[in-house]
Amino acid sequence: MKRDTFTPNLAARNAKGARWRLAFLAATAFSVLFLASLIASIVNQSFGYVVMTAEVDPATLQNDGVPLEKQDEATLAGTIRGNVSRRLFVKLDAERSLASRSREELLEIIVAEIVQPTVRRTWTLAQSLFDADAIRGQVAEEYPDGNLSFRSWVNAGLFANPQSSVATAAGIRGAIIGSLATLLLTLLVAFPLGVGAAIYLQEYAKDNAINRIIETNIYNLAGVPSIIYGMLGLAIFVRALEPLTSGAIFRAAAAEGANGRTILSASLTLALLILPIVIINAQEALRAIPDSLRQSSLAVGATKWQTIRHHVLPAAADRILTGTVLAVSRALGETAPLVVVGASTFLTQDPAGPFSKFTTLPIQIYQWTARPQAEFRNLAAAAILVLLVLGLSLNAAAIIARNRFRREKRLGR
Amino acid sequence: MKRRSFRSPISVESAGYHEERTGFITLARRARPGETLVEAFLLFCAAISIFTTLGIVATLGRESLSFFREVSFIEFFTGRVWQPAIGEFGILPLLTATLATSFYAMLVALPLGLVVAIYLSEYAPFGVREVLKPVLEVLAGVPTVVYGYFALTTVTPFLQGILGQDRVEVYNTLSAGLVMGILILPLVASMCEDALSAVPAALREGAYAMGATKLETSVKIVVPSAFSGLAAAFILALSRAVGETMIVALAAGAGPNLTLNPFRSAETMTGHIVRISGGDLSYDSIDYRSLFAIALLLFLVTLALNILSRKIIRRYREVYE
Repeated sequence: MKRDTFTPNLAARNAKGARWRLAFLAATAFSVLFLASLIASIVNQSFGYVVMTAEVDPATLQNDGVPLEKQDEATLAGTIRGNVSRRLFVKLDAERSLASRSREELLEIIVAEIVQPTVRRTWTLAQSLFDADAIRGQVAEEYPDGNLSFRSWVNAGLFANPQSSVATAAGIRGAIIGSLATLLLTLLVAFPLGVGAAIYLQEYAKDNAINRIIETNIYNLAGVPSIIYGMLGLAIFVRALEPLTSGAIFRAAAAEGANGRTILSASLTLALLILPIVIINAQEALRAIPDSLRQSSLAVGATKWQTIRHHVLPAAADRILTGTVLAVSRALGETAPLVVVGASTFLTQDPAGPFSKFTTLPIQIYQWTARPQAEFRNLAAAAILVLLVLGLSLNAAAIIARNRFRREKRLGR
Repeated sequence: MKRRSFRSPISVESAGYHEERTGFITLARRARPGETLVEAFLLFCAAISIFTTLGIVATLGRESLSFFREVSFIEFFTGRVWQPAIGEFGILPLLTATLATSFYAMLVALPLGLVVAIYLSEYAPFGVREVLKPVLEVLAGVPTVVYGYFALTTVTPFLQGILGQDRVEVYNTLSAGLVMGILILPLVASMCEDALSAVPAALREGAYAMGATKLETSVKIVVPSAFSGLAAAFILALSRAVGETMIVALAAGAGPNLTLNPFRSAETMTGHIVRISGGDLSYDSIDYRSLFAIALLLFLVTLALNILSRKIIRRYREVYE
């Protein structure tokens, strides 16, 4: 009997299987490739050639033959006097007398008011590497007085400088401080509340209607779009609780005019946002603790809370911690709710406390990306790199902490 | 796991010697105010989530109510122009843009996510799976504003390069939708993978025993068996797409526009809320209240989708556990 009687068109079916297998693999590879291209495009934008023109060549700003870099404060003040209009000089001096300003501040004035560098055009890293000659030719032709240089947009200035309307002078110092302060406050609120809720639901709650509603409600909250939390924060924390969140009842920031759009409001909003995630993760951690641990503790006469505090919680600490850090890293990247709550669009001062106006790293990225000028896109790419590194190190820290906890547990402390 | 309470008939620790009274061990439970206090605090923590929901419903409802006092329901849902400056509040342009971007996102995320899940659960060798899953998790953990940046600075120029700069506007719903699809892909893939892995091995073995190839087993046996889990994943993905904000705010456009042309700019519901509330907004204007009406609609749509998704999951759990 021929083999084909039992296996009709087996060859064709196998061929089809092989084709689709390849397609599955290709689709999966595409998804991975996408991550690579995302990272690549951001790195690509973070470095590259920049052509700048200056109103005044810094090399000509000599005072008695001393070049700019070597001048002391007094000479710098003289350089400023000699190069700006009389009116501007008086205005600058009236803001704060030039004699009392530091060398860095004076140099900043010189760059902003006299040299006035303008970014004419930027190129990506790929173009800069493979097309350098063409770029040089183009610059020589189109910007004869331009100064072409290779610029890493991730540089010391990015971390040190506050927000600025000049791309080359703008930095993310305020945004980083704002992000860290917001995260810290968020954690302080969300961690105890979230873990407390998880303990209640997992250890205390009886299986009745109210507790089932609470549990279902938490899952539904986890699915609410983050922007809705922004609206909630705007209505409750920014407006209804304004005396509290603006610090007015503490007389802390009345002069600053932050009117409720403060770090505190942002943190409370984010805390509500990550609360369901913290609860769900902590609940899973508690669920993984074997009942025998609870029973043995109760059997030797511990009360329920003693059992939880001394046995269940320490045993679940590593998982609770990891879950919380994952929730916090989500808060780190949140943008939309904070825009709605009222992040400042242009903040040159560092936030001073929970009642300060705020901006965060993702918001800075959003604002720079939304600007039409190309150089701000480069700046945004550099800030994204910082944000990604921050997020990854948060996750890495969580994993390291978890491993350490595990080791301690194995050694029995 | 449902917790059981292990309440011993005698409260062991509380069984102190009260000889001065009875000379015997007292077996009555001692009142423990500390324990009660702790439990009350924990209950309060759990109740915060209820307060949050009530807060959302109350704030969105209250502002929307005063909005609908000025703008009728019919005008809101059938108006074709959204222009607060001239008092036009028709949600259609915002709604169609939201649906359009979500649709493009689904076009990318559903097939790719399902295929990745099939590959991971049925085909991939152990080592590959161990590498791929964390990669997908990283992809899922990237902040959405980064995806928005990518859509605007890389995908849009790419589309313009292929289709021509005059066809594709700088802001367009297609690029935002495609990138949103990639954002949602890891979610779909991991939920679908869970659903596929939950299908009992016996079903696969039965198929193989009947002479089915691996592809036939995967596509004709495993996928249909996991259908409800897959459907739940798809619905949840749709809910994520509808509520996604930063990608559309950056790449889809900054102005309501009633169009179904994927190459033109159009503002979505979320994009509109972000743009308007990011500017100077006075609290007692109808513009302010209109944002809450949009948010309420958004909340109701995503809530309905989430509930539907959970309902389906619960049904599918009953089949296999």
